[in-house]
Amino acid sequence: MQSDNLVEIAGVAFGYGARPVLKGINLTARRGQVVAIMGSSGCGKTTLLRLIGGQIKPGQGTVRVAGESVAELDQNGLYRLRRKMGMLFQFGALFTDMSVFDNVAFQLREHTDLPEDAIRDLVLMKLNAVGLRGAAQLMPAELSGGMARRVALARAIALDPMLVMYDEPFAGLDPISLGVTGNLIRRLTDTLGLTSLVVTHDVQESLKIVDYVYFVSDGVIVAEGTADEIRASDLPYVHQFVHGEADGPVPFHYPARAYADDLGLGGGRNA
Amino acid sequence: MNKTVLDLWVGLFVVAGIAALLFLALKVGSMNTVNAADSYDVVARFENIGGLKARAPVKSAGVVVGRVDSIQFDTELYEAKVTIRVDKRYPFPRDTSAAILTSGLLGEQYIGLAAGGDSVMLKSGDTLKITQDAVVLENLIGQFLYGKAQEGSPQ
Amino acid sequence: MLKRALENLGNRTIQGVWRMGFATRFFFAVLMHSGTAFRRFGLTIREMYFTGVLSLIIILVSGLFVGMVLGLQGYETLQTYGSEEALGVLVALSLVRELGPVVAALLFASRAGSAITAEIGLMKATEQLSAMEMMAVDPIARVVAPRFWAGVISMPLLAALFSAMGVLGGYLVGVQLIGVDEGSFWAQMQSAVDFEQDILNGVLKSAVFGVAITAIALFEGYDAPPTAEGVSGATTRTVVTSSLAVLALDFVLTAFMFRGLN
Repeated sequence: MQSDNLVEIAGVAFGYGARPVLKGINLTARRGQVVAIMGSSGCGKTTLLRLIGGQIKPGQGTVRVAGESVAELDQNGLYRLRRKMGMLFQFGALFTDMSVFDNVAFQLREHTDLPEDAIRDLVLMKLNAVGLRGAAQLMPAELSGGMARRVALARAIALDPMLVMYDEPFAGLDPISLGVTGNLIRRLTDTLGLTSLVVTHDVQESLKIVDYVYFVSDGVIVAEGTADEIRASDLPYVHQFVHGEADGPVPFHYPARAYADDLGLGGGRNA
Repeated sequence: MNKTVLDLWVGLFVVAGIAALLFLALKVGSMNTVNAADSYDVVARFENIGGLKARAPVKSAGVVVGRVDSIQFDTELYEAKVTIRVDKRYPFPRDTSAAILTSGLLGEQYIGLAAGGDSVMLKSGDTLKITQDAVVLENLIGQFLYGKAQEGSPQ
Repeated sequence: MLKRALENLGNRTIQGVWRMGFATRFFFAVLMHSGTAFRRFGLTIREMYFTGVLSLIIILVSGLFVGMVLGLQGYETLQTYGSEEALGVLVALSLVRELGPVVAALLFASRAGSAITAEIGLMKATEQLSAMEMMAVDPIARVVAPRFWAGVISMPLLAALFSAMGVLGGYLVGVQLIGVDEGSFWAQMQSAVDFEQDILNGVLKSAVFGVAITAIALFEGYDAPPTAEGVSGATTRTVVTSSLAVLALDFVLTAFMFRGLN
């Protein structure tokens, strides 16, 4: 029997050069769940996804996906694992020199020997799932931001992966596209039996669709819980985040000397 | 861009490129590199070769019949040993003579072959008996001045 | 002050050597992952359209004009020595040996090289390369290697077309316009231009230039910071670096090829 947890992250630390980004993260994602990772911009959420995808290796700790330690895989093992993962990049990252159809067909053509008409059927199915079957022949430049995101989603699920990661799927979308994308993530997760890992800072939208939430701040998990628990949470950080307050545990001001000192009005401590 | 149209363009490009190469090879240059299989080597010795270079043409009656293959200095006879590669299509009698000539007054130097009357033909490795050195302009001028001086001295 | 300058210089040197090492590793990675470029030759053909076919117009037109200028200038000079018939030799040798490979390479660097850098740089900036990697497709094999081989194949063909157009241009001006004798124009050219010495060496040169330009263009694109200034800076660097590389390589290759024939 396979483990219930598809993604298991234990004690992971990572830094770019001397600057630590993650300082000991523990996180699990159960099969069939939509798990959100939230936190303010630049707190290392995207880094976490790159660790899971094996694009970077952790300094400490282990990242396990489907029981395999990602950092220990060689190139072939990593590529084998990545075929079972889909990833939706922040702005879609569609291949701009290919049509929507070819974008979705890309992995099928690279990794399978399916005949062209089978590929055609599969691609149209995936595009239908995101409601863009009619846009198959358009080029990425002709799509709106929301549509591009949906095409990228169709591309991410082309090989029926077990895990789909979303990097800021809600960034820069209008309210309608926002709702559409949120619903799609939930629906695809349920109908295709995926596990979804959503990195976002859009609290309201994501709380509607997720099963479990992790809050990352300053390189560590500061809070976790189901959507309801998070809404009801009275942790100051979570409260500030959920309600979008300007000041709180995450200060409005970038660390600086005392204001009076900077203006030269300081009484005692003139630097 | 339709895929087949694209292929067609690339195909045209490659064909044009190869055609340009053929044009350069056949019309601009001549594939006149005499290769060893269709030629025979003969040796000619000169006391002075002037400005003769390897790969210079070998002509007979103005027609290119071969190329200079190599030029060496013979340390026993203190002569230049020039190996000439002549096209097999042009057999020459054994008493053929070689001269180093200049095309025009200041042009490149080449070897001119003048056929003799022998009934035996040259074969690979033979040495030409009769040779004529390159004309060195300085010597010529020197001789001319010397002659003039002698003409003038009795008076 | 001086210490600052020295530190700066040292830093830059280290950075330069570092980049050089990365570039070398990149170049070998491209060679190692070239299997796909030949197994699925369609990918390479597609890129030949963008690097080769789209460079055709500029190459053909420039070749024609360069040849015509050579015809005019060469005639002026040769006329003073009374050897106008040697015009064909002058035009053909300068084109086939030098101008064809070099000018075609410089044009190729600014036309196709900059386009390659901008394309790869943008693909990186918009995370397309990352996305490809996450889809278990190696971007070096799928994106970089086909472009590399397309450039290497296209360059000699473009140089040959440039030289051929140049000779035609010289012929048009010299023979048709000025009236040099047509027979001696071609005949002298043919007896002076050697297939192996001149034409094959020219082709070899342009192949080397093709390798240098596309490798530099691809590396600059791949290494470009993923921002707008990053990509534009990389594009400029491609044109500058590859033009310098072409001229320097030309000197080295010429020294090797045409020296010490005796």
